[in-house]
Amino acid sequence: MDFLLNDEQQMLADSARRFIQDLHASSTTACFNGEASLWRQFAELGWLALPFSEDDGGLGGGLADTMVLLEELGRGRLAQPYVPTVVLGGGLLRRAAPALREQYLPALMAGELQLAVALDEHERAFDPRNTTLAARVEGDQLVLTGGKVCVVNGDRADLLLVVARSAGQPGDTEGLHVVVVDASAPGITRQPHRLVDGQQGAQVYFDQVRVAASAQVGAPGAAWPLLDTVLMEGLLAVGALALGGLTVLLDDTVEYSKTRRQFGVPIGSFQVLQHRMANMYMALEQTRSLLLAATLKTAAGDADARHAVHALKAQLGRGGRLIAQEAIQLHGGMGMTDELPIGHYFKQITAIDQWLGGADFHLQALGAIA
Amino acid sequence: MDLQVPASEASFRDQVRAFLADHLSDELREAGRLCTSVFAQVEQAMAWQRILHQQGWAAPHWPKEFGGTGWSVNQRAIFAEELVRAEAPPLIPMGLQMCGPCLIGFGSEAQQAEYLPRILSGEDFWCQGYSEPGAGSDLASLKTFAQSDGDDYILNGTKIWTTYAHHANRMFCLVRTRKDGKPQQGITFLLLDMNTPGITVEPIIGLDEVPEQCQVFFDNVRVAKANRVGEENQGWTVAKYLLTFERGGQDYAPGLRVQLERLKQIASRQQRATGTLREDSLWQYRLARCESDVLALDFTEKRIKSALSAGKNPGALSSMTKILGTELQQAISELAVDTLGAQALLWQPQALEPGSAVAPLGPEYALTVMPAYLNARACSIYGGSNEVQRGIIAKAVLGL
Repeated sequence: MDFLLNDEQQMLADSARRFIQDLHASSTTACFNGEASLWRQFAELGWLALPFSEDDGGLGGGLADTMVLLEELGRGRLAQPYVPTVVLGGGLLRRAAPALREQYLPALMAGELQLAVALDEHERAFDPRNTTLAARVEGDQLVLTGGKVCVVNGDRADLLLVVARSAGQPGDTEGLHVVVVDASAPGITRQPHRLVDGQQGAQVYFDQVRVAASAQVGAPGAAWPLLDTVLMEGLLAVGALALGGLTVLLDDTVEYSKTRRQFGVPIGSFQVLQHRMANMYMALEQTRSLLLAATLKTAAGDADARHAVHALKAQLGRGGRLIAQEAIQLHGGMGMTDELPIGHYFKQITAIDQWLGGADFHLQALGAIA
Repeated sequence: MDLQVPASEASFRDQVRAFLADHLSDELREAGRLCTSVFAQVEQAMAWQRILHQQGWAAPHWPKEFGGTGWSVNQRAIFAEELVRAEAPPLIPMGLQMCGPCLIGFGSEAQQAEYLPRILSGEDFWCQGYSEPGAGSDLASLKTFAQSDGDDYILNGTKIWTTYAHHANRMFCLVRTRKDGKPQQGITFLLLDMNTPGITVEPIIGLDEVPEQCQVFFDNVRVAKANRVGEENQGWTVAKYLLTFERGGQDYAPGLRVQLERLKQIASRQQRATGTLREDSLWQYRLARCESDVLALDFTEKRIKSALSAGKNPGALSSMTKILGTELQQAISELAVDTLGAQALLWQPQALEPGSAVAPLGPEYALTVMPAYLNARACSIYGGSNEVQRGIIAKAVLGL
């Protein structure tokens, strides 16, 4: 068992941290969310090619490498679409048939193609198996009809990977498809919006959208296992993003409590606050442990990897929320302003908590298999 | 980063399992299963220690030259994990985990030669004289006074929460040898023979009706200065060293995992109108909260071992695992009570004695749940209360 970063991972972490520090030093923007030039720099740094195989022109990085980068991105107040494009969309595409990989992956790695995975639907509790968006099979075409909500990066995505159903009932794993759709295809309406944490997204409506049946990832009507695999990686990814932000929330809060004086002393000298910060610290370390457990178990194909992934996502909603809420409380009124970075991190963990299923969903899932 | 276990560790685990299959008798396993405290029944625990000692495995964490095993950090963890899985009664820690490491770190050669072999063999049974009625979390305010008298000290005062003092023939304790200056600077670490005239032991009956704790009184007890560990007035250094062992010398996750497995089996025997409690979504939700926390703690402990293996001092992290481990212990014991409901109220301590002739009125598991719940309330108090541990994290880790 080895929990240390290898040399390459350490270099990746260091260079990402330096890059992001320089970025903030050269700008007063609180949160980088729309800059196309930044995304191209990501491509130049090789970050967009990280998880793709060398055969596909990528760097052949492992899961742990991606997590190292994402933790830094999470620290960095960069609401960039790395998870929707590279981890989720890219995770699906790199498991697609060769024709789709050749068609899309080079552009993705070059920073010229953005993706979004259309998963959640109106008035349906989170569960990818709960999909109702209809995929009607007509000859060698699929016809999509229905709506998707909160499609992260859905406004800017060039391609949408749409989870749809051709058979079975909501809740069934059978009958699911992952369809690759050009975002500008006839019949698609997008309503762009911001997300609470500075990301961009869209509600997307499909009205008789026709797609070639070959534009699918995974087995037609039986795409669940592949989708499930990629969603597990997505959960790890948001865990790493969250961990980066949570680390800053604790650091900033401890630092603030050492300088902020009330009653003639630093507020960090009060035992009641010390114990609350000790709780934040333990929640952070437990989150770090679960990210490590989930990443390494998934990479190793362990039988109980899924337990660890559910536990990680649940921990983001329990421990992560605790850290973020306590950070605001201990900052007092300043914590409620838009002036401090902690506000951004609070919103980041709030968004991540609800993305890809909240803590309750994942605790129930864990309880059912534990 | 990876989870690969070296082949040598996998074969070591097999070796331990084979040994346990051969040497851990049904009677000892019963004692382990019926144990509702961190302190097992003395008779069975000592019997098990003698078996391990014959194999040379009684104190794996001691240096080899003092009778340890020379195992790696990971091998020691595997050994401890297999003991828990096999439901072996836990060894009594005061000698092996506390006094022994102290003597190895601070004792004279004569003290090491005299006491360490007797700790390993179980000939000596140690108790720990730290807390006093007026000195709990504020341990440094202890008042038991050792008056210098030539080559001896004369002790007066009292110690409390002295686990198993009524079984012990020896005590290691902290006494005051100076009343001026900072409280920490006037403390001395002493070894006592419990048969010395002037020592009285009064057992204290606990919530679980077991006399596990004691109060010990010293009335002009004469102790040779040769029984001092370290220098006079330097006992606090020894005490702090020992407390790190007391808090961080063990992994909590393996034992907690065994408890969760047992709890799942119990829940699957509780029928609801439809299905069992094990299938109930609210019960599963509560289970999942514990499972998730135990998994996290397991990896937190693995990270600490990884740091130890790399020669780093994990420092205040032992405070963190003490808090997390004990609070989870309490949460799991609470879930166990809730799982059994009114069945957990059955109180039949005689049936909990290993080898007892009293038959349990109902399943054996129902007898242990409540005493374990009551006993677990202590774990956030002993070994430095969890409030003290949070203070240590704030100070040592967060720099507050």
